[in-house]
Amino acid sequence: MIDVQNITKRYGNLTAIDRVTFSVAKGEVLAFLGPNGAGKTTTMRILTCFMPATEGTAKVAGFDCADQPLEVKRRIGYLPETPPVYQEFTVSEYLTFVGRMRGMVGKNLTTALDQSIEKLALGSVRHRLIGNLSRGYRQRVGLAQAVIHDPPVLILDEPTVGLDPKQIIEIRDLIKSLAGSHSVILSTHILPEATAVCQRVVIISGGRIVAEDTPDQLSARLRHSEKISVTIKTPPDNCLARLQSISGILNVFQGQSAGTFLLECALGQDKRDEVARFIIANQWGLLELRTISMTLEDVFLQLTRHEEGMTPQVEHVSELSQATQETAS
Amino acid sequence: MTPVQAIIAKELRGYFVSPVVYVVGAIFLLIFGFLSYLYVVYAGYQAIQLMQMQGGQAQLNLNDLVFRNLFASMRFVLLIILPILTMRLFAEERKLRTFEFLMTSPIGINEIVAGKFVSVFLVFLSLLGLTGLVPTVLMLFSDFDWNPIWTGYLGMTLLGALFISVGLLASAITENQIVAAFLSFGMLLLIWLISGLGALLGDTTLGQIISYVSFMDHYDRLVRGLIDTKDLVYFFSSLAFMLFLTHRVVESTRWK
Repeated sequence: MIDVQNITKRYGNLTAIDRVTFSVAKGEVLAFLGPNGAGKTTTMRILTCFMPATEGTAKVAGFDCADQPLEVKRRIGYLPETPPVYQEFTVSEYLTFVGRMRGMVGKNLTTALDQSIEKLALGSVRHRLIGNLSRGYRQRVGLAQAVIHDPPVLILDEPTVGLDPKQIIEIRDLIKSLAGSHSVILSTHILPEATAVCQRVVIISGGRIVAEDTPDQLSARLRHSEKISVTIKTPPDNCLARLQSISGILNVFQGQSAGTFLLECALGQDKRDEVARFIIANQWGLLELRTISMTLEDVFLQLTRHEEGMTPQVEHVSELSQATQETAS
Repeated sequence: MTPVQAIIAKELRGYFVSPVVYVVGAIFLLIFGFLSYLYVVYAGYQAIQLMQMQGGQAQLNLNDLVFRNLFASMRFVLLIILPILTMRLFAEERKLRTFEFLMTSPIGINEIVAGKFVSVFLVFLSLLGLTGLVPTVLMLFSDFDWNPIWTGYLGMTLLGALFISVGLLASAITENQIVAAFLSFGMLLLIWLISGLGALLGDTTLGQIISYVSFMDHYDRLVRGLIDTKDLVYFFSSLAFMLFLTHRVVESTRWK
Protein backbone atom coordinates (compact mmCIF):
# COMPACT_ATOMS: atom_id res chain seq x y z
CA MET A 1 0.00 0.00 0.00
CA ILE A 2 2.88 2.32 0.82
CA ASP A 3 6.20 1.83 -0.86
CA VAL A 4 9.10 4.12 -0.09
CA GLN A 5 12.36 3.61 -1.95
CA ASN A 6 15.55 5.44 -1.01
CA ILE A 7 13.98 8.80 -0.29
CA THR A 8 16.32 11.59 0.69
CA LYS A 9 15.34 15.09 1.71
CA ARG A 10 17.87 17.87 1.94
CA TYR A 11 17.28 21.38 3.23
CA GLY A 12 20.30 23.18 1.82
CA ASN A 13 23.27 21.44 3.41
CA LEU A 14 21.19 19.69 6.04
CA THR A 15 20.09 16.17 5.21
CA ALA A 16 16.81 15.59 7.04
CA ILE A 17 16.34 12.03 5.83
CA ASP A 18 18.87 9.89 4.08
CA ARG A 19 17.96 7.01 1.76
CA VAL A 20 14.94 5.87 3.74
CA THR A 21 13.33 2.70 2.43
CA PHE A 22 10.33 0.88 3.87
CA SER A 23 6.94 -0.41 2.90
CA VAL A 24 3.57 -0.90 4.56
CA ALA A 25 1.20 -3.68 3.51
CA LYS A 26 -2.57 -3.29 3.31
CA GLY A 27 -4.10 -3.40 6.76
CA GLU A 28 -0.78 -3.07 8.56
CA VAL A 29 -0.01 -0.61 11.34
CA LEU A 30 3.55 0.68 11.28
CA ALA A 31 5.12 2.79 14.00
CA PHE A 32 7.72 5.35 13.18
CA LEU A 33 9.92 5.71 16.21
CA GLY A 34 12.65 8.21 16.66
CA PRO A 35 13.92 11.03 18.81
CA ASN A 36 12.91 14.61 18.02
CA GLY A 37 14.40 15.80 14.75
CA ALA A 38 15.01 12.28 13.50
CA GLY A 39 13.08 12.85 10.26
CA LYS A 40 9.70 11.33 11.12
CA THR A 41 7.66 14.39 10.19
CA THR A 42 9.68 14.98 7.03
CA THR A 43 9.01 11.42 5.86
CA MET A 44 5.30 11.84 6.58
CA ARG A 45 5.18 15.16 4.75
CA ILE A 46 6.72 13.55 1.70
CA LEU A 47 4.17 10.72 1.81
CA THR A 48 1.28 13.20 2.06
CA CYS A 49 2.67 15.19 -0.90
CA PHE A 50 3.13 18.26 1.29
CA MET A 51 6.72 18.42 0.09
CA PRO A 52 8.66 16.52 -2.54
CA ALA A 53 11.65 14.31 -1.80
CA THR A 54 15.04 15.44 -3.09
CA GLU A 55 15.74 11.93 -4.29
CA GLY A 56 13.98 8.59 -4.37
CA THR A 57 10.39 7.55 -4.93
CA ALA A 58 7.42 7.25 -2.62
CA LYS A 59 4.26 5.50 -3.74
CA VAL A 60 0.89 5.28 -2.04
CA ALA A 61 -1.65 2.77 -3.39
CA GLY A 62 0.44 2.52 -6.54
CA PHE A 63 0.44 6.28 -7.21
CA ASP A 64 3.67 8.23 -7.19
CA CYS A 65 3.71 11.08 -4.65
CA ALA A 66 5.66 13.34 -7.02
CA ASP A 67 3.81 12.61 -10.27
CA GLN A 68 0.23 11.96 -9.15
CA PRO A 69 -0.18 13.97 -5.94
CA LEU A 70 -3.97 14.41 -6.26
CA GLU A 71 -4.53 10.66 -6.53
CA VAL A 72 -2.29 10.12 -3.50
CA LYS A 73 -4.00 12.85 -1.48
CA ARG A 74 -7.42 11.35 -2.20
CA ARG A 75 -6.33 8.11 -0.55
CA ILE A 76 -4.71 9.57 2.52
CA GLY A 77 -6.01 10.77 5.84
CA TYR A 78 -3.36 12.89 7.52
CA LEU A 79 -3.09 14.20 11.03
CA PRO A 80 -0.13 16.60 11.22
CA GLU A 81 1.81 17.27 14.41
CA THR A 82 -0.46 20.23 15.25
CA PRO A 83 -4.13 19.43 14.60
CA PRO A 84 -5.12 21.59 11.59
CA VAL A 85 -8.30 23.05 13.05
CA TYR A 86 -10.00 26.40 12.49
CA GLN A 87 -10.80 27.86 15.87
CA GLU A 88 -13.75 29.96 14.71
CA PHE A 89 -15.61 26.85 13.51
CA THR A 90 -17.77 24.48 15.51
CA VAL A 91 -16.71 20.82 15.39
CA SER A 92 -19.43 19.81 12.93
CA GLU A 93 -18.93 22.88 10.73
CA TYR A 94 -15.23 22.14 10.56
CA LEU A 95 -15.71 18.48 9.71
CA THR A 96 -18.31 19.42 7.08
CA PHE A 97 -15.74 21.74 5.52
CA VAL A 98 -13.15 18.96 5.58
CA GLY A 99 -15.61 16.56 3.94
CA ARG A 100 -16.36 19.08 1.19
CA MET A 101 -12.66 19.64 0.60
CA ARG A 102 -12.41 15.90 0.01
CA GLY A 103 -15.20 16.09 -2.54
CA MET A 104 -17.99 14.68 -0.36
CA VAL A 105 -21.52 15.99 -0.82
CA GLY A 106 -25.09 15.43 0.31
CA LYS A 107 -26.03 12.32 2.20
CA ASN A 108 -22.54 10.81 1.95
CA LEU A 109 -21.16 13.81 3.78
CA THR A 110 -23.84 13.75 6.49
CA THR A 111 -23.32 10.04 7.13
CA ALA A 112 -19.52 10.37 7.16
CA LEU A 113 -19.78 13.35 9.52
CA ASP A 114 -21.97 11.45 11.99
CA GLN A 115 -19.72 8.39 11.82
CA SER A 116 -16.51 10.29 12.45
CA ILE A 117 -18.10 12.19 15.33
CA GLU A 118 -19.25 8.91 16.83
CA LYS A 119 -15.88 7.17 16.28
CA LEU A 120 -13.99 9.93 18.05
CA ALA A 121 -16.68 10.44 20.75
CA LEU A 122 -17.15 14.08 19.83
CA GLY A 123 -20.94 14.06 20.17
CA SER A 124 -20.99 16.19 23.29
CA VAL A 125 -18.94 18.97 21.70
CA ARG A 126 -20.14 18.87 18.10
CA HIS A 127 -21.80 22.28 18.31
CA ARG A 128 -19.04 23.95 20.30
CA LEU A 129 -16.41 26.26 18.82
CA ILE A 130 -13.08 24.47 18.37
CA GLY A 131 -11.32 27.50 19.86
CA ASN A 132 -13.04 26.77 23.17
CA LEU A 133 -12.11 23.08 23.28
CA SER A 134 -9.35 21.51 25.33
CA ARG A 135 -6.20 20.25 23.66
CA GLY A 136 -7.35 16.65 23.91
CA TYR A 137 -10.60 17.40 22.12
CA ARG A 138 -8.79 19.37 19.43
CA GLN A 139 -6.53 16.40 18.87
CA ARG A 140 -9.61 14.21 18.49
CA VAL A 141 -11.14 16.68 16.04
CA GLY A 142 -7.84 16.50 14.13
CA LEU A 143 -8.13 12.72 14.07
CA ALA A 144 -11.76 12.93 12.98
CA GLN A 145 -10.76 15.02 9.95
CA ALA A 146 -8.20 12.35 9.04
CA VAL A 147 -10.73 9.51 9.07
CA ILE A 148 -13.91 11.27 7.85
CA HIS A 149 -13.49 10.12 4.23
CA ASP A 150 -12.51 6.60 5.29
CA PRO A 151 -9.16 6.64 3.45
CA PRO A 152 -7.26 3.41 2.80
CA VAL A 153 -4.08 5.01 4.18
CA LEU A 154 -3.79 6.92 7.43
CA ILE A 155 -0.73 8.93 8.37
CA LEU A 156 -0.78 10.11 11.94
CA ASP A 157 1.95 12.31 13.37
CA GLU A 158 1.97 11.72 17.12
CA PRO A 159 -1.77 11.05 17.40
CA THR A 160 -1.97 10.74 21.17
CA VAL A 161 -0.08 13.89 22.16
CA GLY A 162 -2.04 15.97 24.65
CA LEU A 163 -4.60 13.30 25.46
CA ASP A 164 -5.35 12.01 28.93
CA PRO A 165 -4.64 8.32 29.70
CA LYS A 166 -8.26 7.27 29.12
CA GLN A 167 -8.37 9.05 25.78
CA ILE A 168 -5.00 7.54 24.82
CA ILE A 169 -6.43 4.07 25.31
CA GLU A 170 -9.52 5.01 23.28
CA ILE A 171 -7.42 6.34 20.41
CA ARG A 172 -5.18 3.29 20.46
CA ASP A 173 -8.27 1.10 20.31
CA LEU A 174 -9.53 3.17 17.40
CA ILE A 175 -6.23 2.73 15.54
CA LYS A 176 -6.30 -1.00 16.26
CA SER A 177 -9.86 -1.19 14.94
CA LEU A 178 -8.74 0.56 11.75
CA ALA A 179 -5.98 -1.99 11.18
CA GLY A 180 -6.99 -4.70 8.76
CA SER A 181 -8.96 -2.43 6.47
CA HIS A 182 -6.57 0.54 6.58
CA SER A 183 -2.83 0.90 6.36
CA VAL A 184 -1.63 3.14 9.15
CA ILE A 185 1.68 4.86 9.74
CA LEU A 186 1.98 6.57 13.07
CA SER A 187 4.92 8.41 14.46
CA THR A 188 5.51 8.48 18.14
CA HIS A 189 8.17 8.71 20.76
CA ILE A 190 5.94 7.03 23.31
CA LEU A 191 7.33 3.53 23.10
CA PRO A 192 4.54 1.54 24.79
CA GLU A 193 2.25 2.99 22.14
CA ALA A 194 4.26 1.32 19.41
CA THR A 195 4.20 -1.98 21.29
CA ALA A 196 0.48 -1.62 21.97
CA VAL A 197 -0.85 -0.88 18.50
CA CYS A 198 1.73 -1.66 15.86
CA GLN A 199 2.67 -4.84 14.11
CA ARG A 200 5.92 -3.40 12.88
CA VAL A 201 8.30 -0.70 14.07
CA VAL A 202 10.71 1.42 12.08
CA ILE A 203 13.30 3.15 14.20
CA ILE A 204 14.69 6.26 12.58
CA SER A 205 17.55 8.28 13.93
CA GLY A 206 19.53 11.11 12.39
CA GLY A 207 17.48 10.75 9.20
CA ARG A 208 18.36 7.10 8.65
CA ILE A 209 16.46 3.92 9.39
CA VAL A 210 18.44 2.09 12.03
CA ALA A 211 16.08 -0.85 12.54
CA GLU A 212 12.86 -2.25 11.15
CA ASP A 213 11.04 -5.26 12.60
CA THR A 214 8.29 -6.35 14.97
CA PRO A 215 8.78 -5.09 18.54
CA ASP A 216 9.49 -8.67 19.75
CA GLN A 217 11.96 -9.43 17.00
CA LEU A 218 13.76 -6.17 17.60
CA SER A 219 14.35 -6.90 21.26
CA ALA A 220 15.38 -10.46 20.41
CA ARG A 221 17.87 -9.20 17.83
CA LEU A 222 19.56 -6.86 20.23
CA ARG A 223 19.67 -9.17 23.20
CA HIS A 224 23.13 -10.59 23.99
CA SER A 225 22.19 -12.67 27.00
CA GLU A 226 19.33 -13.80 29.25
CA LYS A 227 18.97 -11.81 32.44
CA ILE A 228 17.46 -12.89 35.74
CA SER A 229 16.67 -10.62 38.63
CA VAL A 230 16.65 -12.10 42.16
CA THR A 231 15.79 -10.49 45.47
CA ILE A 232 17.25 -12.14 48.57
CA LYS A 233 16.11 -11.44 52.14
CA THR A 234 19.45 -11.98 53.92
CA PRO A 235 22.30 -11.99 51.40
CA PRO A 236 25.73 -12.93 52.82
CA ASP A 237 28.71 -10.63 52.30
CA ASN A 238 30.20 -12.70 49.51
CA CYS A 239 26.84 -13.12 47.79
CA LEU A 240 28.07 -11.89 44.38
CA ALA A 241 30.87 -14.48 44.22
CA ARG A 242 28.62 -17.26 45.53
CA LEU A 243 25.95 -16.59 42.90
CA GLN A 244 28.64 -16.47 40.23
CA SER A 245 29.65 -19.99 41.20
CA ILE A 246 26.34 -21.43 39.96
CA SER A 247 27.08 -23.26 36.73
CA GLY A 248 25.97 -21.37 33.59
CA ILE A 249 25.91 -17.94 35.26
CA LEU A 250 28.23 -15.62 33.35
CA ASN A 251 27.99 -12.41 35.35
CA VAL A 252 26.38 -11.12 38.51
CA PHE A 253 25.67 -7.45 39.24
CA GLN A 254 24.35 -5.72 42.31
CA GLY A 255 20.80 -4.44 41.68
CA GLN A 256 19.46 -1.01 42.53
CA SER A 257 17.95 -1.95 45.89
CA ALA A 258 19.64 -3.89 48.68
CA GLY A 259 19.35 -7.64 48.25
CA THR A 260 18.60 -7.45 44.55
CA PHE A 261 21.01 -9.02 42.09
CA LEU A 262 21.12 -9.25 38.34
CA LEU A 263 22.34 -12.54 36.92
CA GLU A 264 23.40 -12.95 33.32
CA CYS A 265 23.52 -16.25 31.49
CA ALA A 266 24.07 -17.33 27.89
CA LEU A 267 21.34 -16.60 25.37
CA GLY A 268 18.75 -19.36 25.18
CA GLN A 269 19.47 -20.81 28.63
CA ASP A 270 17.00 -20.64 31.48
CA LYS A 271 18.82 -20.93 34.84
CA ARG A 272 15.95 -19.86 37.12
CA ASP A 273 15.49 -23.34 38.50
CA GLU A 274 19.17 -23.71 39.47
CA VAL A 275 19.32 -20.24 40.98
CA ALA A 276 16.18 -20.88 43.07
CA ARG A 277 17.49 -24.21 44.36
CA PHE A 278 20.87 -22.64 45.25
CA ILE A 279 19.34 -19.77 47.26
CA ILE A 280 16.87 -22.03 49.06
CA ALA A 281 19.59 -24.59 49.84
CA ASN A 282 21.63 -21.80 51.43
CA GLN A 283 18.56 -20.50 53.31
CA TRP A 284 19.11 -16.88 52.25
CA GLY A 285 15.39 -16.29 51.82
CA LEU A 286 14.22 -16.03 48.20
CA LEU A 287 11.81 -13.12 47.89
CA GLU A 288 11.62 -12.68 44.13
CA LEU A 289 12.93 -14.35 40.99
CA ARG A 290 12.11 -13.22 37.43
CA THR A 291 13.54 -12.98 33.96
CA ILE A 292 14.16 -9.56 32.50
CA SER A 293 13.16 -9.14 28.91
CA MET A 294 14.45 -6.32 26.77
CA THR A 295 11.78 -3.65 26.36
CA LEU A 296 11.31 -1.50 23.31
CA GLU A 297 12.75 1.32 25.43
CA ASP A 298 16.03 -0.56 25.70
CA VAL A 299 16.08 -1.29 22.00
CA PHE A 300 15.26 2.30 21.18
CA LEU A 301 17.91 3.71 23.47
CA GLN A 302 20.50 1.28 22.19
CA LEU A 303 19.80 2.23 18.60
CA THR A 304 19.47 5.97 19.01
CA ARG A 305 22.26 6.54 21.51
CA HIS A 306 24.04 8.81 19.02
CA GLU A 307 22.52 11.75 20.84
CA GLU A 308 24.98 11.00 23.57
CA GLY A 309 27.91 10.96 21.17
CA MET A 310 27.63 7.73 19.20
CA THR A 311 26.87 7.88 15.47
CA PRO A 312 23.95 5.72 14.45
CA GLN A 313 25.00 3.25 11.83
CA VAL A 314 23.01 0.62 10.10
CA GLU A 315 26.15 -1.49 10.37
CA HIS A 316 25.92 -1.07 14.13
CA VAL A 317 22.60 -2.91 14.08
CA SER A 318 23.88 -5.64 11.84
CA GLU A 319 26.90 -6.05 14.12
CA LEU A 320 24.57 -6.37 17.05
CA SER A 321 22.36 -8.90 15.37
CA GLN A 322 25.41 -10.77 14.12
CA ALA A 323 26.77 -10.88 17.66
CA THR A 324 23.39 -12.11 18.84
CA GLN A 325 23.34 -14.85 16.24
CA GLU A 326 26.90 -15.89 17.09
CA THR A 327 26.08 -16.07 20.76
CA ALA A 328 22.96 -18.06 19.98
CA SER A 329 24.84 -20.55 17.84
CA MET B 1 -20.54 22.17 -2.98
CA THR B 2 -17.19 21.93 -4.74
CA PRO B 3 -13.90 22.30 -2.80
CA VAL B 4 -13.46 25.85 -4.18
CA GLN B 5 -16.93 26.82 -3.00
CA ALA B 6 -16.10 25.21 0.35
CA ILE B 7 -12.99 27.40 0.63
CA ILE B 8 -15.00 30.52 -0.31
CA ALA B 9 -17.67 29.69 2.27
CA LYS B 10 -15.00 28.99 4.90
CA GLU B 11 -13.20 32.26 4.24
CA LEU B 12 -16.42 34.27 4.26
CA ARG B 13 -17.35 32.68 7.55
CA GLY B 14 -13.88 33.52 8.85
CA TYR B 15 -14.43 37.16 7.88
CA PHE B 16 -17.87 37.52 9.34
CA VAL B 17 -17.25 35.81 12.68
CA SER B 18 -14.20 37.98 13.32
CA PRO B 19 -14.55 41.71 13.96
CA VAL B 20 -12.15 42.55 11.10
CA VAL B 21 -14.72 42.84 8.35
CA TYR B 22 -17.07 44.92 10.51
CA VAL B 23 -14.36 47.34 11.60
CA VAL B 24 -12.80 47.61 8.14
CA GLY B 25 -16.24 47.83 6.50
CA ALA B 26 -17.44 50.50 8.91
CA ILE B 27 -14.32 52.61 8.40
CA PHE B 28 -14.49 52.18 4.63
CA LEU B 29 -18.15 53.24 4.50
CA LEU B 30 -17.55 56.08 6.93
CA ILE B 31 -14.71 57.46 4.84
CA PHE B 32 -16.73 57.04 1.65
CA GLY B 33 -19.68 58.85 3.24
CA PHE B 34 -17.52 61.59 4.71
CA LEU B 35 -15.69 62.22 1.42
CA SER B 36 -19.02 62.29 -0.43
CA TYR B 37 -20.29 64.82 2.07
CA LEU B 38 -17.19 66.98 1.66
CA TYR B 39 -17.42 66.95 -2.12
CA VAL B 40 -21.15 67.69 -2.06
CA VAL B 41 -20.57 70.63 0.28
CA TYR B 42 -17.76 71.77 -2.00
CA ALA B 43 -20.11 71.46 -4.97
CA GLY B 44 -22.71 73.49 -3.06
CA TYR B 45 -20.13 76.15 -2.35
CA GLN B 46 -19.24 76.26 -6.04
CA ALA B 47 -22.94 76.55 -6.88
CA ILE B 48 -23.34 79.57 -4.59
CA GLN B 49 -20.31 81.19 -6.17
CA LEU B 50 -21.70 80.52 -9.64
CA MET B 51 -25.07 81.93 -8.63
CA GLN B 52 -23.43 85.08 -7.36
CA MET B 53 -21.44 85.44 -10.55
CA GLN B 54 -24.05 84.42 -13.10
CA GLY B 55 -27.23 85.01 -11.15
CA GLY B 56 -30.29 82.78 -11.30
CA GLN B 57 -30.05 79.00 -11.43
CA ALA B 58 -26.51 77.75 -12.06
CA GLN B 59 -26.02 74.34 -13.67
CA LEU B 60 -23.84 72.09 -11.55
CA ASN B 61 -22.04 69.10 -12.88
CA LEU B 62 -22.08 66.56 -10.03
CA ASN B 63 -20.14 64.07 -12.12
CA ASP B 64 -17.15 66.38 -12.23
CA LEU B 65 -17.48 68.02 -8.86
CA VAL B 66 -18.45 65.07 -6.69
CA PHE B 67 -18.05 61.65 -8.24
CA ARG B 68 -14.82 62.12 -10.13
CA ASN B 69 -13.12 63.51 -7.06
CA LEU B 70 -14.69 60.89 -4.85
CA PHE B 71 -13.59 57.96 -7.03
CA ALA B 72 -10.11 59.46 -7.39
CA SER B 73 -9.79 59.67 -3.61
CA MET B 74 -10.93 56.08 -3.24
CA ARG B 75 -7.61 54.88 -4.69
CA PHE B 76 -5.95 55.82 -1.45
CA VAL B 77 -8.75 54.45 0.73
CA LEU B 78 -8.66 51.10 -1.06
CA LEU B 79 -4.89 51.00 -0.70
CA ILE B 80 -5.28 51.29 3.07
CA ILE B 81 -8.35 49.09 3.53
CA LEU B 82 -7.75 46.10 1.26
CA PRO B 83 -4.38 44.94 2.65
CA ILE B 84 -6.09 44.72 6.05
CA LEU B 85 -8.67 42.38 4.55
CA THR B 86 -6.15 40.26 2.65
CA MET B 87 -3.36 40.00 5.22
CA ARG B 88 -4.84 36.96 6.97
CA LEU B 89 -5.54 34.81 3.91
CA PHE B 90 -2.40 32.68 3.79
CA ALA B 91 -0.43 34.10 6.72
CA GLU B 92 -3.00 32.91 9.25
CA GLU B 93 -3.19 29.44 7.71
CA ARG B 94 0.56 29.11 8.03
CA LYS B 95 0.62 30.45 11.56
CA LEU B 96 -2.15 28.09 12.72
CA ARG B 97 -0.66 25.15 10.82
CA THR B 98 -3.85 24.65 8.83
CA PHE B 99 -1.82 25.35 5.72
CA GLU B 100 -0.60 21.76 5.86
CA PHE B 101 -4.21 20.59 5.77
CA LEU B 102 -4.98 22.71 2.69
CA MET B 103 -1.86 21.53 0.91
CA THR B 104 -2.55 17.85 1.62
CA SER B 105 -6.20 18.07 0.56
CA PRO B 106 -6.96 16.62 -2.86
CA ILE B 107 -7.28 19.99 -4.59
CA GLY B 108 -4.87 22.04 -6.66
CA ILE B 109 -3.07 25.16 -5.49
CA ASN B 110 -4.89 27.20 -8.14
CA GLU B 111 -8.20 26.21 -6.53
CA ILE B 112 -6.94 27.31 -3.12
CA VAL B 113 -5.73 30.64 -4.54
CA ALA B 114 -8.97 31.14 -6.51
CA GLY B 115 -11.13 30.34 -3.48
CA LYS B 116 -9.29 32.79 -1.28
CA PHE B 117 -9.28 35.53 -3.92
CA VAL B 118 -12.99 35.19 -4.65
CA SER B 119 -13.91 35.31 -0.96
CA VAL B 120 -12.22 38.68 -0.34
CA PHE B 121 -13.46 39.96 -3.65
CA LEU B 122 -17.02 39.16 -2.58
CA VAL B 123 -16.52 40.98 0.72
CA PHE B 124 -15.13 43.95 -1.20
CA LEU B 125 -18.02 43.89 -3.69
CA SER B 126 -20.57 43.89 -0.90
CA LEU B 127 -18.86 46.91 0.68
CA LEU B 128 -18.77 48.61 -2.70
CA GLY B 129 -22.44 47.77 -3.17
CA LEU B 130 -23.28 49.59 0.05
CA THR B 131 -21.58 52.74 -1.22
CA GLY B 132 -24.18 52.79 -3.97
CA LEU B 133 -26.39 54.52 -1.45
CA VAL B 134 -24.55 57.82 -2.05
CA PRO B 135 -25.35 58.24 -5.77
CA THR B 136 -28.85 56.85 -5.14
CA VAL B 137 -29.57 59.51 -2.52
CA LEU B 138 -27.96 62.28 -4.62
CA MET B 139 -30.14 61.23 -7.54
CA LEU B 140 -33.18 62.42 -5.55
CA PHE B 141 -31.83 65.97 -5.38
CA SER B 142 -29.95 66.47 -8.60
CA ASP B 143 -29.61 65.23 -12.15
CA PHE B 144 -26.38 63.69 -13.29
CA ASP B 145 -25.09 61.28 -15.88
CA TRP B 146 -25.01 57.70 -14.59
CA ASN B 147 -22.60 56.38 -17.20
CA PRO B 148 -19.39 57.80 -15.68
CA ILE B 149 -20.60 56.49 -12.34
CA TRP B 150 -20.88 52.99 -13.73
CA THR B 151 -17.40 53.24 -15.23
CA GLY B 152 -16.14 54.66 -11.94
CA TYR B 153 -17.56 51.65 -10.13
CA LEU B 154 -16.05 49.38 -12.78
CA GLY B 155 -12.73 51.13 -12.14
CA MET B 156 -13.03 50.65 -8.37
CA THR B 157 -13.96 47.00 -8.86
CA LEU B 158 -10.96 46.34 -11.10
CA LEU B 159 -8.61 48.36 -8.92
CA GLY B 160 -9.91 46.53 -5.84
CA ALA B 161 -9.39 43.16 -7.53
CA LEU B 162 -5.82 44.15 -8.40
CA PHE B 163 -5.12 45.35 -4.85
CA ILE B 164 -6.59 42.14 -3.44
CA SER B 165 -4.35 40.03 -5.67
CA VAL B 166 -1.30 42.01 -4.48
CA GLY B 167 -2.46 41.53 -0.88
CA LEU B 168 -2.94 37.82 -1.49
CA LEU B 169 0.61 37.58 -2.82
CA ALA B 170 1.98 39.42 0.23
CA SER B 171 0.04 37.13 2.55
CA ALA B 172 1.49 34.08 0.82
CA ILE B 173 5.02 35.36 1.30
CA THR B 174 5.01 35.59 5.10
CA GLU B 175 3.30 33.96 8.04
CA ASN B 176 3.11 37.25 9.93
CA GLN B 177 -0.11 39.13 9.18
CA ILE B 178 1.31 42.56 10.05
CA VAL B 179 4.28 41.98 7.77
CA ALA B 180 1.87 40.83 5.05
CA ALA B 181 -0.18 44.03 5.41
CA PHE B 182 2.89 46.28 5.26
CA LEU B 183 4.28 44.33 2.35
CA SER B 184 1.13 44.91 0.32
CA PHE B 185 1.03 48.62 1.34
CA GLY B 186 4.62 48.87 0.19
CA MET B 187 4.09 47.11 -3.12
CA LEU B 188 0.95 49.13 -3.91
CA LEU B 189 2.55 52.45 -2.97
CA LEU B 190 5.51 51.60 -5.15
CA ILE B 191 3.28 50.83 -8.14
CA TRP B 192 1.47 54.10 -7.40
CA LEU B 193 4.60 56.21 -7.08
CA ILE B 194 6.32 54.95 -10.21
CA SER B 195 3.63 56.78 -12.17
CA GLY B 196 5.37 59.95 -10.95
CA LEU B 197 8.61 58.63 -12.39
CA GLY B 198 6.78 57.88 -15.63
CA ALA B 199 5.47 61.46 -15.79
CA LEU B 200 8.96 62.76 -15.12
CA LEU B 201 10.42 60.77 -18.00
CA GLY B 202 7.64 62.16 -20.19
CA ASP B 203 7.00 60.84 -23.65
CA THR B 204 10.05 58.57 -23.88
CA THR B 205 9.61 54.83 -24.38
CA LEU B 206 10.73 54.12 -20.83
CA GLY B 207 8.39 56.81 -19.53
CA GLN B 208 5.49 55.26 -21.40
CA ILE B 209 6.30 51.77 -20.14
CA ILE B 210 6.54 52.99 -16.55
CA SER B 211 3.29 54.92 -16.84
CA TYR B 212 1.61 51.84 -18.26
CA VAL B 213 2.78 49.67 -15.35
CA SER B 214 1.25 52.01 -12.77
CA PHE B 215 -2.50 51.72 -12.27
CA MET B 216 -2.98 55.51 -12.04
CA ASP B 217 -3.62 56.39 -15.68
CA HIS B 218 -5.77 53.32 -16.30
CA TYR B 219 -7.94 54.04 -13.31
CA ASP B 220 -8.20 57.75 -14.09
CA ARG B 221 -9.54 57.06 -17.56
CA LEU B 222 -12.25 54.77 -16.13
CA VAL B 223 -13.17 57.40 -13.52
CA ARG B 224 -13.48 59.99 -16.28
CA GLY B 225 -15.94 57.70 -18.02
CA LEU B 226 -13.69 56.21 -20.67
CA ILE B 227 -13.66 52.48 -21.23
CA ASP B 228 -10.55 51.64 -23.18
CA THR B 229 -9.60 48.04 -24.02
CA LYS B 230 -6.01 48.94 -23.17
CA ASP B 231 -7.03 49.66 -19.57
CA LEU B 232 -9.14 46.54 -19.24
CA VAL B 233 -6.25 44.47 -20.61
CA TYR B 234 -3.98 46.14 -18.05
CA PHE B 235 -6.22 45.26 -15.12
CA PHE B 236 -6.98 41.70 -16.19
CA SER B 237 -3.41 40.86 -17.15
CA SER B 238 -1.88 42.31 -13.99
CA LEU B 239 -4.52 40.53 -11.91
CA ALA B 240 -3.69 37.24 -13.63
CA PHE B 241 0.02 37.91 -13.16
CA MET B 242 -0.37 38.57 -9.43
CA LEU B 243 -2.48 35.42 -8.97
CA PHE B 244 0.11 33.45 -10.92
CA LEU B 245 2.86 34.82 -8.65
CA THR B 246 0.79 33.88 -5.60
CA HIS B 247 0.42 30.36 -6.99
CA ARG B 248 4.18 30.12 -7.44
CA VAL B 249 4.90 31.43 -3.95
CA VAL B 250 2.45 28.96 -2.38
CA GLU B 251 3.93 26.18 -4.47
CA SER B 252 7.44 27.21 -3.43
CA THR B 253 6.61 26.69 0.27
CA ARG B 254 6.60 22.98 -0.55
CA TRP B 255 10.23 23.17 -1.57
CA LYS B 256 11.48 24.89 1.56
